[in-house]
Amino acid sequence: MTRSEGEQLPEHTYRVTRDDLVRYAAASGDQNPIHQDEAVATAVGLPGVIAHGMYTLALAARSADAWAGGPGRVRDLGAKFTKPVVVPAGDEGALVTVAGTVRAVAEDGAVTVALEVTCAGEKVLGGATAVLDG
Amino acid sequence: MPLDPSLVGRSFGPTSPYDVTEDSVRAFAAATGTPYRTGDPAPVTFPIVVAFPAMTALMDDPDAGIQLHNVVHGEQRFGYTRPVRVGDRIAATLTVENIRSIAGADIISTSSVVTDADGAVVCTAKATLVHRGESS
Repeated sequence: MTRSEGEQLPEHTYRVTRDDLVRYAAASGDQNPIHQDEAVATAVGLPGVIAHGMYTLALAARSADAWAGGPGRVRDLGAKFTKPVVVPAGDEGALVTVAGTVRAVAEDGAVTVALEVTCAGEKVLGGATAVLDG
Repeated sequence: MPLDPSLVGRSFGPTSPYDVTEDSVRAFAAATGTPYRTGDPAPVTFPIVVAFPAMTALMDDPDAGIQLHNVVHGEQRFGYTRPVRVGDRIAATLTVENIRSIAGADIISTSSVVTDADGAVVCTAKATLVHRGESS
């Protein structure tokens, strides 16, 4: 598929619950209790249980994969964890939205995408970018 | 107290080899709602399963002088040579690339090279860890 600079990626909104974070902790090995235990999170000054930054980055990757038409095409992905995603208890959880814009298309077809990842209208990742194989 | 600058250039790992199984990939994908079908490569952020233990090795090292509870994951990047697949046996070796002190915090730049069973590089996972000192 031909990509061009300025192209907008379809916006995706993903729900994150505390159960998801418990599953992610087991799957990733990051068992830091601030991502599972309200008492620990508030004791260290957080407003509540927060998602792993890596969880949010995984959602950014999920969105990039969806746009690329499948997995295995992302050759580079990164972001700064600028603001925590607070995940309330219950099935509602938190909603994370991923949007994106094509910033560059290289001669070999590689596409650089700037991803905008927000929760409750605020940016939660800084400088999030993905480079996808053409 | 600022961290010892001699930490720059030090390496930690390799981590214990991690066998990438169908179950481990499926569980990681399911936790983040990432579509996964048998034969697909592992999700993009999957190598954290070895990059995280490599960071833990740095933070647990008594000579490093890092207090674990004062560390925040500031930034993460993955650069791929090839996707991770079921059947791979991967391990990570972390190198401390740089330490900067800004406003009482140490910004630790690390690079973890993730290799397969043959020692070939699969991806490089670069992490920035922000360490706030006890005092100030």
